[in-house]
Amino acid sequence: MSNEHKQELRPFDRLTGTAVAIDQPNVDTDQIIPARFLALPRAEQVPHLFNDVRYREDGSPREGFPLNAPTAAGAQILIAERNFGCGSSREHAVSVLVDNGFRVFIAPSFGDIFHNNSFQNGALPIRLPSERIREMLDHLAKRPDARITVDLEAQTVTGPDNWTQSFEIDSFRKQCLIDGTDDISLTLKYADAIAAHERRAAAETDWL
Amino acid sequence: MAEAQGAKPATMFEKIWRRHVVVDRPDGYTLLYVDRHLLHDGSYNAFRRLAANGMKIRHPERSFATPDHYMPTNTRDKSTIADPNHKRMVTGLAEHAAATGVTIFDIGDRRQGIVHVVGPEQGITLPGITLVCGDSHTSTHGALGCLAFGIGSSEVTHVLATQSLWQRKPKAMRVNIDGALGFGITGKDVILAIIARIGAAGGTGHVLEYAGSGIRQLSIEGRLTLCNMSIEGGGRAGMIAPDDKTYEYIAGRPYAPKDAAWDRALAFWRSLPSDDGATFDREVTLSGPDIAPMVTWGTSPEDAAPVTEAIPDPASAADASRRDGQARALAYMGLEPGTPIADIPVDRVFIGSCTNSRIEDLRMAAAVAKGRKAQIPSWIVPGSGIIKEQAEAEGLDKIFTEAGFEWREAGCSMCVGMNGEIGRPGERIASTSNRNFVGRQGKGVRTHLVSPAMAAAAAVTGRFTDVRRLIPA
Ligand code: SF4
Repeated sequence: MSNEHKQELRPFDRLTGTAVAIDQPNVDTDQIIPARFLALPRAEQVPHLFNDVRYREDGSPREGFPLNAPTAAGAQILIAERNFGCGSSREHAVSVLVDNGFRVFIAPSFGDIFHNNSFQNGALPIRLPSERIREMLDHLAKRPDARITVDLEAQTVTGPDNWTQSFEIDSFRKQCLIDGTDDISLTLKYADAIAAHERRAAAETDWL
Repeated sequence: MAEAQGAKPATMFEKIWRRHVVVDRPDGYTLLYVDRHLLHDGSYNAFRRLAANGMKIRHPERSFATPDHYMPTNTRDKSTIADPNHKRMVTGLAEHAAATGVTIFDIGDRRQGIVHVVGPEQGITLPGITLVCGDSHTSTHGALGCLAFGIGSSEVTHVLATQSLWQRKPKAMRVNIDGALGFGITGKDVILAIIARIGAAGGTGHVLEYAGSGIRQLSIEGRLTLCNMSIEGGGRAGMIAPDDKTYEYIAGRPYAPKDAAWDRALAFWRSLPSDDGATFDREVTLSGPDIAPMVTWGTSPEDAAPVTEAIPDPASAADASRRDGQARALAYMGLEPGTPIADIPVDRVFIGSCTNSRIEDLRMAAAVAKGRKAQIPSWIVPGSGIIKEQAEAEGLDKIFTEAGFEWREAGCSMCVGMNGEIGRPGERIASTSNRNFVGRQGKGVRTHLVSPAMAAAAAVTGRFTDVRRLIPA
């Protein structure tokens, strides 16, 4: 294959900081960034993260929405209830979060495509048990400035009360995040295997 | 090509997956070959990124493009698109397709339409293949017995460059619909009933295979509707074993095999259905005869109930998180617990989208609209130019316009409103699309998902009405 490709993802290791808590299940990607902003150049999408739940009609911030709290400034971690990022495949939902400084999403479960898209953008989606998420959300409701540490190498999250919880991640995805490798660079190393598959398939399913 | 004698019984998903493995890594990741790839105007960025990195498309002949999201549906003239960003998505797709040799069904071509309608219609979607598209409703195509799933924009670039994708193998789940569906029940009602049962995250990490007599009974178009919404139940993909209905549907379509190749393909396709005794990671069974016409009342597709029932009371929800979620949904939807669904007035109707814009959908809606009058603004947006032509040849457009419906051009339209076709804040829409999310059809819009027949019934009565009372049995 004549294709060349440069890696452009920021490597990920460990981070400590405040978190934004979205205490809702089924937060869909339409909410994360409404459809009408998707055709904007990426840089112009940045202010529209959670646009319709975050701002009033007149554009003023809605009090009580977690992203509008002073502690949200500089947060790199987002915590939510089950099925975060469900719905539309729009990768803008991940890129707008990343462009707003978020690099870790923690929830009991994620929409599958959002989960995949996170890795494509150098972000880390972490599944933790519901009880642990509940505990974190309740804690953050009382102490929104609590600090959380995420260590990818050790695969642990350390919470505000100093508990440490380990999480699962595919070793493939883990290594790509740590190295900042994107999928295309990796795949190009398998060009021969792809060509071999194509020869085999051409013989077996010649109508395609 | 049949599976080896004495091999362990395999699911259809397993059979298709196995044939497409390029590399299995010890860490559990698989490089999966992609047979066919669909692009739409929203994929423009992925195309652009590839070009910007100076990369080539590995197999332009395996990708097919059509603009659907950003084109207005009251005109076929691209130059009238007012928003320059929108216009760039539509014109940019055509430019990149022309430059790379990717087949495009562009605006003005009768084959243009919603990407998930066009794929099966053109015979691009075939049993046994892997098919992907940068759109979550790619699950639609599995209705013909293939493995089809949605991907993100970076993955679209990846597929263009390598014709493959890194995947962790999903689990398999079978959803059985046991027993015949009742009169007036469609694929839409079945899938809403399934999602109401398993939940919006019920299928996460799984490929869903729909089986049972209630499924076999569905037409191919009904199956496409059903598989379309697999993603709303969290499923990675949805699939239905191919049968004679499938082969009959595919035969003669432009990109389907012909003559001797057809015979070879058919022999292979017949080997695809899950073997007797194949095991699934999960199984769920619903009773076909118990499924009624469904209406969603909340802001997740799992918030669905039969039209004969009332809005649920959050106080009786299973847990606090669900209670809060339901209360929030009802506040957004402007609904009170206990209100009979059939008493809810509707402001507007949208019949269209990759879920329900095919010829049978339009026929079912027309059967209800015929000789009646729409009480509220109601749009019909066919899924492709070909469907529009066919409907006009059958006189359906006349039935609709005489009943006061608006007959429009093919595209996504008000399903997502990216082209500016949206509702007003507070407006209550009976919609045949697939997502009732907050703001999906415009800021503050209240979406209720229904079948085309139920949408037409809402149009002519101005409220949710059990369509079984409006059509002769
Ligand atoms: S019709 Fe709606 S769901 Fe289908 S592809 Fe278009 S916008 Fe997406």
